[in-house]
Amino acid sequence: MTDYLLEARNLTMRFGGVVAVRDVSLSLREGELHCLIGPNGAGKSTFFRMLSGQYRPTSGEVLFRGQSINGQSSAKIARAGMGIKTQVPSVFNAMTVRENVMLAAVRALPPNLARRRCDEVMKRIGISHLAAEKVGILAHGQRQLVELATVIAPRPALILLDEPAAGMTGEEVEGLGDLLVELARSCSVIVVEHDMSFIRRIARSITVFNQGSVLVEGPADQVLSDQRVRDVYLGREVA
Amino acid sequence: MDYVAIILLQTAISIANLVLISAGLAVIFGMMRVINFAHGEFLMLGGYTAVIATQHGVPLLVSCFILAPVLVGLVGLVVEYLVIRHLYGRLLDTMLASWGVSLILIGLVTVAFGNSVSGISTPFGSLSIGRFSIGFYELFLVAVTLVMVIAGYLVMRYSRVGLIARATMQDRDMAASLGVNQRAVYRATFVTGAALSGLAGALIAPIAGVVPTIGASYLAKCFITVISGGPAIIAGTLSASGLLGGVGGIMTFLATPVLAEVALLAAAVVLLRVLPQGITSKFFRRSQ
Amino acid sequence: MKTPLVTSGRLGAVAMILAAAWALFIVPSGGDMTLILSGSIYCAFGILALSLALIWGFGGILSFGQTAFFGIGGYAYAVLALNIGNTTTAALLAILVAAAMAAAIGYFMFWGRLGDVYLGVITLVLSLILYRFINQTSGSEWKIGKAPLGGFNGIPSTPILNDLDGNPLWPEDIYVLCVVALILSYILCRLLLATYFGRVVVALRENELRAELLGYDTRLYKLGVFSIAGGLAGLAGVLFANCVFVSPNMFSLTTSSQLLVWVIVGGLGTLAGPVMACFLLLAFSAWLGTLNAGVWLDPNLVMGLVLTLFVLVLPKGILPLMRSGCDRALAAFRRPAPAAEPGEAMIGEEAR
Repeated sequence: MTDYLLEARNLTMRFGGVVAVRDVSLSLREGELHCLIGPNGAGKSTFFRMLSGQYRPTSGEVLFRGQSINGQSSAKIARAGMGIKTQVPSVFNAMTVRENVMLAAVRALPPNLARRRCDEVMKRIGISHLAAEKVGILAHGQRQLVELATVIAPRPALILLDEPAAGMTGEEVEGLGDLLVELARSCSVIVVEHDMSFIRRIARSITVFNQGSVLVEGPADQVLSDQRVRDVYLGREVA
Repeated sequence: MDYVAIILLQTAISIANLVLISAGLAVIFGMMRVINFAHGEFLMLGGYTAVIATQHGVPLLVSCFILAPVLVGLVGLVVEYLVIRHLYGRLLDTMLASWGVSLILIGLVTVAFGNSVSGISTPFGSLSIGRFSIGFYELFLVAVTLVMVIAGYLVMRYSRVGLIARATMQDRDMAASLGVNQRAVYRATFVTGAALSGLAGALIAPIAGVVPTIGASYLAKCFITVISGGPAIIAGTLSASGLLGGVGGIMTFLATPVLAEVALLAAAVVLLRVLPQGITSKFFRRSQ
Repeated sequence: MKTPLVTSGRLGAVAMILAAAWALFIVPSGGDMTLILSGSIYCAFGILALSLALIWGFGGILSFGQTAFFGIGGYAYAVLALNIGNTTTAALLAILVAAAMAAAIGYFMFWGRLGDVYLGVITLVLSLILYRFINQTSGSEWKIGKAPLGGFNGIPSTPILNDLDGNPLWPEDIYVLCVVALILSYILCRLLLATYFGRVVVALRENELRAELLGYDTRLYKLGVFSIAGGLAGLAGVLFANCVFVSPNMFSLTTSSQLLVWVIVGGLGTLAGPVMACFLLLAFSAWLGTLNAGVWLDPNLVMGLVLTLFVLVLPKGILPLMRSGCDRALAAFRRPAPAAEPGEAMIGEEAR
């Protein structure tokens, strides 16, 4: 057995003749916050979808809590304790914010505890004042927060977030950063992100993707000052 | 020996029959991803065209190959203009509206021609094999279907129209961004589908006869064939017809046509459990 | 925001209670036999409309062949009652048979993760084939136990439900039974949608991916609600068998079309709407029948025009339209209080 919470072993993903991800491994211990970055088309989203079980890797294997998730349904993976936030906010638009969060909580907890958890999560994320609103009428950033609330409500052991800061205001991004750092005390977090200031704020360890493979991997300060990373990804931003 | 020959011929006929009556539906499904619930009525209109024209002295082949496709194609154009084009992009509403159109067409034909069966005699006589016999007309239909499929393949493969059709089927947004006029493609698709159904309806009229509600009796077979085949028009229709027509032909011979349809449905349901997007989703991926 | 005392939702509830009271207490004492007989049939069809409104409007499952379970329920009742004699047991078993049949078909469809179009077509084909199959069972070799299937004639000897002493119920009793069954079915659907199970069903219509990512096995929930709706359609079939008798027409494309029209006209995503539309359209076609206006009033033509026009012009159906109209009228009446936002009225429908 392994003492890692999540382990990706030699993942490769081919679409027809294109190799989107080539032989990438990653392991994550409990309580780690890890970021995946890289330029567009570097393969980080594909890698993310293999980790979350939405894509089945062409070769290689993903172990979550020591169990392979290859070929398992999203529902089963979620029940094993993985919370997934997709790139486009995926919420129940015709339902209220409270109903959204409640549906997430009640799957994992008995009803009275779920109600308490639901209030607690909405308060922490700062959407309590929206509880009775239909999600469909909210702004993009607010929907992101609602989705985040549904992801963390069942108390997952691992949270995977695909570009959570997209479409948020500066203030919301700051709040999100604090929240993720706080979350990482009780569970593990993997974030795919574009927003570099956001990455600087939260990251402790980073994997940089380029052209389907890992370019650099390591502690945040070390990676962010690496010349190769600046060349492929940060160059424009720093310059 | 006779027995084997007759079963083989019967199976060929039943496969060709499925291809023939499903072709129009398959074209519309492949290109637009909607099921045209008025398909049965397009077949029915084709049949009426053939019967009425023949009764007025027009040669059967003229009414089948010219009058029926043109007339039913025109009906398709009118339906597209009045109904379908307003629901562009709304797949479910398009299907529901086509269901409404189906009822309207049944109603109109009942009003015009009454709710009674009429028909024309089957031409060409029959072929005897030992104790059994098979109509030459049915064999003629097999030949016509074969020609249709080959022509369809050539059009899809080598013509400009075929290129546009293949591009739209692969990725409609990409095709649109390359300058293909989606609305024109949809209109042409709907009219082509209707004309093909008109042709098929006319061709089978001498065997099946016509009545305003006859569409419903073709519907089950056509629907099963097209959804089992998946969205690839030619490969899908051919493979599904081959499989289901084979099952159907043998069951017709061993039991009754109705039990053959039950077997057909069962086969299709099991097939879709294994291959949810139809046969062509797994095999023949790159086909048309 | 403070909820006003009079809302369209509350008006609707009052109207429904009044209608139910009228149907239950005033109609039977009136002694109008035509009303009682057709009222029974209307209620049976109303339950059928509810079953489609539930799975399509709330579960997002396109079942174009809900009549299959309607017919199966009816035939199962007739066959079982003729064989075992006890009509109450037969009725209960028949509902179970319809639900089990729905579960079996549902298993193949949901575990194959078939798309909407495929679901609609498969269910419709199921009813079409049952129609063709039953139609050709007129020979004497087609019987199940003591019950001849009777082909296109159906089973005119379909037994009527018995009272406690074993005597067949009177038409007045059947009428009351049908009305009560409709009311209870409506309440059942309402309660079901209010439960945790029901909320998940609505949630997966809204966003199947999110429901999966939250850990819900959407196939199970779909199978559950599809089977319940199958049972409801079966109940409608049993009642219909008691009002008339079972015949292949229960499976026919005409019945499927009517059912579809009721739900579209009444309004997808509502429960009361399709029942209302069912009553109105049945009454409308009965009235057209009395007009003697010649061939132009072909029922298919009328139904097709209604369906096409609603899809093109009023795709939301009449009940949502009535609600927003009512809300607007109430808001105007309450002036100078601020008018309700129209967008809110649309989205708010489900909660009522």
